[in-house]
Amino acid sequence: MSKSIGTSGSLINDPRARAWAFQILAIVVVAALGWYLFNNTQTNLEHRGITSGFAFLEHSAGFGVSQSLIDYNESDSYGRLFLVGLANTLLVSILGIILATVLGFVIGIARLSPNWLVRKLSAIYIETFRNIPPLLQIFFWYFAVLRLVPGPRQSLSFFDALFLNNRGLYVPAPVSADGIVPFLVAVVLAVVASIILARWVKVRRDKTGRGFPLLLTSIVLLIALPGLAALIFGAPFHWTVPELKGFNFQGGWVVIPELFALLVALSVYTAAFIAETVRSGIQSVSHGQTEAANSLGLKPSRTLRMVIIPQSMRVIIPPLTSQYLNLTKNSSLAAGIGYPDMVSLFAGTVLNQTGQAIETIAITMSVYLVISLSISLLMNVYNKRMALRER
Amino acid sequence: MKMVKSTLAILTTAAVLGVSGFAHAGATLDAVKKKGFVQCGISDGLPGFSYAEAGGKYAGLDVDVCRAVAAAVFGDAEKVRYSPLTAKERFTALQSGEIDILSRNTTWTSSRDAGMGMNFIGVTYYDGVGFLVNKKLGVSSAKELDGATICIQAGTTTELNVSDYFRSNGMKYTPITYDRSDESAKSLEAGRCDVLTSDQSQLYAQRIKLANPDDYVVLPEVISKEPLGPAVRRGDDEWFAIAKWSLFAMIGAEELGVTSANVEEMAKNAKNPDVARLLGAEGNFGNDLKLPKDWAVKIVKQVGNYGEVFERNVGMGSALKIKRGLNAQWNNGGILYAPPVR
Repeated sequence: MSKSIGTSGSLINDPRARAWAFQILAIVVVAALGWYLFNNTQTNLEHRGITSGFAFLEHSAGFGVSQSLIDYNESDSYGRLFLVGLANTLLVSILGIILATVLGFVIGIARLSPNWLVRKLSAIYIETFRNIPPLLQIFFWYFAVLRLVPGPRQSLSFFDALFLNNRGLYVPAPVSADGIVPFLVAVVLAVVASIILARWVKVRRDKTGRGFPLLLTSIVLLIALPGLAALIFGAPFHWTVPELKGFNFQGGWVVIPELFALLVALSVYTAAFIAETVRSGIQSVSHGQTEAANSLGLKPSRTLRMVIIPQSMRVIIPPLTSQYLNLTKNSSLAAGIGYPDMVSLFAGTVLNQTGQAIETIAITMSVYLVISLSISLLMNVYNKRMALRER
Repeated sequence: MKMVKSTLAILTTAAVLGVSGFAHAGATLDAVKKKGFVQCGISDGLPGFSYAEAGGKYAGLDVDVCRAVAAAVFGDAEKVRYSPLTAKERFTALQSGEIDILSRNTTWTSSRDAGMGMNFIGVTYYDGVGFLVNKKLGVSSAKELDGATICIQAGTTTELNVSDYFRSNGMKYTPITYDRSDESAKSLEAGRCDVLTSDQSQLYAQRIKLANPDDYVVLPEVISKEPLGPAVRRGDDEWFAIAKWSLFAMIGAEELGVTSANVEEMAKNAKNPDVARLLGAEGNFGNDLKLPKDWAVKIVKQVGNYGEVFERNVGMGSALKIKRGLNAQWNNGGILYAPPVR
């Protein structure tokens, strides 16, 4: 009976056909709405005489930038400027993620320390920095802390090579010399040798249970091989030391205060969240694991490193990923202190010079989307590898 | 929070441009009359041009242009509401319709006039980029600034002009750009930068805001042309004309010797036909602009002529003490020149 309804009745009574029809209808409506918005925007932009399109990316920018990781001068294009901003955003995000992770793990573990003072101090750290808005923390580091540093002519000097003043931290920069190629080859050799050694140590440990001082050997390799290359083939690079010329120091590398303030503020802020994540991860591992490790005679440090942390990573990684995403997105607060990141440089100055708000904002938003999705992807791969495997 | 604000403005622009139909001529005047006030975009605090006085009331040269427009439209210069904007926020605010007129020491350039959906109504102040430095540096000319660190406001023509100047003189510099002029000034005081650069008028204004103004000096060089003027949205010629002629009325009144003190008297028994036409005693030229007959009388009575406005806000009667210079009338050594009312 029911079958005859399906075939003899119209498609309207077929739930599958109906489901399809509604979905197709939904897609058509969304697409039509999208097209309507796009078309209308285009027409209105034209009508009001606002330039649109992406041709501006090839126009010459005509203004300078305080920090650029790639070669840039004022006659380069807006497209090049976009890359400058992107590189600056990635720089502060990557450094921030590394610093925040290290700091967060240390504080998170200290939060569970048996030592009362250490435990309380890390609790105070977490509660303070987690509960103050990140923009205020950036302002604090930039306008309050870094303004106490003296000017260029009264720079704090360390060994006449490092200079700290309110224009930044000036460090000597290596410039490649004759011995650079053998030196780099030696570094690569040392790294490869260490990896092979690590494999061998693991295989042997699995078979015989005997250990090997892997870390120490690797460090010796990494120092000895390049050192030897430098001795035989000459110095791989010489250093250019910053010098005070005119208004500022010239030569060497400089860490500008805007970068420093942003980096410290973001790392300190995000580390507080990571610390809580780490604490909860560690606490999620059953206490029986610690007792079992103790009864096997493992030292507490080893128990933590080889038993507790690996198991807690399963709980830690997913929230850790969102902290990394937060840090990257918070780096857009750079505009507040004049650090030339994507938002302040491209979605700010370039937008204003060209007046093409829709294009620049669309580009900037897609870039953040791509960066965030990439971080998620990497962390998901890592998570899969750390996930509980049934054996 | 600033980011949020400007993003919001941009999203509104996108939404407004996306959804609204064509703006027809006259739409702005109708909308302004309906809501009962002129929404005016001003700076985020610049003495002499637009800043909040002790009582919370806004004052300044740029503010007075908006007051003049309100006086012309409503006969009441107080019917203005203000939106303080950073340099970066200003154009999207105008494009999106958030404000009716942008009066925020903005340089008139071809790309802004033609490519950004706005029309400049004229020049309220002829300016040029200059440099403010600490006396301790011992610099007496901009030519000695090779290698200097320079604080600039983001998204201004200054950024471009400074770059041009240093390039053409074969000098190097490091720019530090902030969104707000206050932050630039703070950085100059803290020594983060050697030089603060901006339009000269702004430098004088910034200087009096510093803790020790006497420690700083404005260098003699003016390295660019910066004709500052108010702008309106493109596509509404009627509103464009009203804004334009409100400014011309102020400039013209000064040339004809009409002041806030004598305007009513002169309107009653005007002997000079030029004055009679401007003040509506002869002909009905306000009608063409869709304004009342006595529109110019209201402007001069309530806001003053250009000379009065200048002296009160930035001239000798103010803390800035800027000389008229280029901003004097054409028959008095300057280049100010208003087309006639007839």
